Amino acid sequence: FTKRKLDEAALEDLEDHLIAADLGPEVAERVIESFRSTRFGTEVTDEEIRTALADEIARVLEPVAIPFEPSPELKPHVVLMVGVNGSGKTTTIGKMGRYFSEQGKKVIMVAGDTFRAAAVEQLQVWGERTNVPVIAGKPGADAAGLAFEALRKGKAEGADLLLIDTAGRLHNKGALMEELAKIIRVMKKFDETAPHSVLLVLDATTGQNAVEQVRVFRELVNVTGLIVTKLDGSARGGIVVALAEEFKLPIHAVGVGEKAEDLRPFSAQEFARGLVGKASLETSPPEEGETPSAAP
Amino acid sequence: MFESLSDRFSGVIGDLGKRGTLSEADVAEAMREVRLAMLEADVALPVVKDFVNKVKERSVGAEVLESVSPGQAVAKIVNDALIDALGGAGAVPLNLNAAPPVPILMVGLQGSGKTTTSGKIALRLATRERKKVLLASLDTQRPAAQLQLQQLAERAGVASLPIIAGQTPVEIAQRAMETGRREGYDVVILDTAGRLSIDEALMNEVRQIRDVTHPAETLLVVDAMTGQDAVNTAKSFNEAVGVSGVVMTRMDGDARGGAALSMRAITGAPIKLTGSGEKLDALEEFHPERVAGRILGL
Ligand SMILES: Nc1nc2c(ncn2[C@@H]2O[C@H](COP(=O)(O)OP(=O)(O)OP(=O)(O)O)[C@@H](O)[C@H]2O)c(=O)[nH]1
Ligand SMILES: Nc1nc2c(ncn2[C@@H]2O[C@H](COP(=O)(O)OP(=O)(O)OP(=O)(O)O)[C@@H](O)[C@H]2O)c(=O)[nH]1
Ligand SMILES: [K+]
Ligand SMILES: [Mg+2]
Ligand SMILES: [Mg+2]
Repeated sequence: FTKRKLDEAALEDLEDHLIAADLGPEVAERVIESFRSTRFGTEVTDEEIRTALADEIARVLEPVAIPFEPSPELKPHVVLMVGVNGSGKTTTIGKMGRYFSEQGKKVIMVAGDTFRAAAVEQLQVWGERTNVPVIAGKPGADAAGLAFEALRKGKAEGADLLLIDTAGRLHNKGALMEELAKIIRVMKKFDETAPHSVLLVLDATTGQNAVEQVRVFRELVNVTGLIVTKLDGSARGGIVVALAEEFKLPIHAVGVGEKAEDLRPFSAQEFARGLVGKASLETSPPEEGETPSAAP
Repeated sequence: MFESLSDRFSGVIGDLGKRGTLSEADVAEAMREVRLAMLEADVALPVVKDFVNKVKERSVGAEVLESVSPGQAVAKIVNDALIDALGGAGAVPLNLNAAPPVPILMVGLQGSGKTTTSGKIALRLATRERKKVLLASLDTQRPAAQLQLQQLAERAGVASLPIIAGQTPVEIAQRAMETGRREGYDVVILDTAGRLSIDEALMNEVRQIRDVTHPAETLLVVDAMTGQDAVNTAKSFNEAVGVSGVVMTRMDGDARGGAALSMRAITGAPIKLTGSGEKLDALEEFHPERVAGRILGL
């Protein structure tokens, strides 16, 4: 190993690397500042730097790395899946459906996206794949009514987990956000405590706008946790660090592929290592094929 | 937009006094602001660096007319350079200059908006240009993807290629072109499955699709919310299939859309269209002037 002094130029390279991983210029600077105070001027290898920097970031993420556990007391535990268009809500429902039904839980999936073309059929395919029943209405049906009906049915059948899909919507669209709030209001008429979890699904490819997404969804529909998808690509999802600092919402899981088994608990260490990745004192552009391999 | 940009610079640029030209120190201060604004807008870091260097060169020593402030002078240089980098003023139309049926190939990451945009382009060509359009889904990956496109075709009032289970994407592409020729279609839009830039197998597949169809347009569909990974997306799709145009979707969101600049810088291809909603008529021409202001956060 060649050692090199951790000097200004080296720190700048590291900062660039973090910016290129989507931490955002502000957070990247802050991380590097606190890193500097402890290590500046010391002789270190690339490997030592990477480990130390990953540890620094993992400290921020550790408190929010909380797996999703349906409460055994709730029959059913009601989950509302929300997020902007195309982030991976329906796929994540399919994955969670598989996981928890294989754990022996009685799961029901609800095709609450009555808007997008073939959204209902998409979830129905997931139901067939995973052997989990799907409750669906007619296309164009009222999503709130469907959720209410599904909740009634889930209770009657003694289900453990009710996974409700919703149509993708951008957080800056007032009318669509109000529709989501209505789904929740209508469910509460049947069960004051429902939904028990509102999970916001974020695409790891998203840049700084993710902060706005979380802020608005949390304000309007009381998001209880996050799931980050598409981490199997070259995107590193660094915006999650800013989210952890600002909102402290639990990050329950990450999506690492399109198949039913491609869901992993969120691991702060693994994620941080993925972010730092090939960070090197010789600035190299983010290498393709870098995947934070989240450990189960 | 102009005022707020020059205000931002006036705050950091010292009073020029009697000097009359922009000094290196003045420009350096302003460029720090530009860099930050662009990174906050998700312009990819290498693209930001390149842009800032170019603007720096143009600015240092530039004459400041008596009628304008130094802040205004830099603002004008930045603004012009940004519009330039986004493709210059005005919009670039789709290229349909080929023997019919003209193939248009849609590619991009998972969930970027390819299928919806396919439907939007079909509607636009059918209604505005009276083209006879065939929509074909080559997506054998995502559950109900072919059905999704079929339903969008119905909504758009255009034809879609009948779904035959078990065919590979390349086979579907060939069948789409044959159908297009036999039935006298003007345009065949080929929607493909989403794929990651690192997925060699799927990148090869889309290359094969290109080779059997010779698309007049290969449109890379990109989410306006995309962060720094835009670089990898642009590079890998461009290397695999050669991107002829970019479509930025979800411009109806509040993302600043810096990925547009990255896409243009890395592929060299013009941004041709923008998506601004889920409905099939929510498709617009790309106007660099408007997006420039948005990227700078004005
Ligand atoms: N590579 C990869 N692809 C994913 C992952 N999660 C979802 N996808 C893909 O992303 C695309 C969009 O996923 P959906 O589940 O339909 O997303 P959605 O949020 O339900 O979309 P809308 O309902 O249209 O808002 C599909 O092609 C999925 O297969 C993931 O973790 N990795
Ligand atoms: N708000 C908004 N939503 C859009 C826009 N374009 C597409 N969408 C939505 O984004 C989601 C994903 O769009 P699709 O067309 O299914 O994306 P795709 O690229 O075909 O996805 P895959 O085939 O899974 O890779 C859907 O919910 C669309 O309605 C847009 O311009 N604005
Ligand atoms: K990754
Ligand atoms: Mg969905
Ligand atoms: Mg599609």
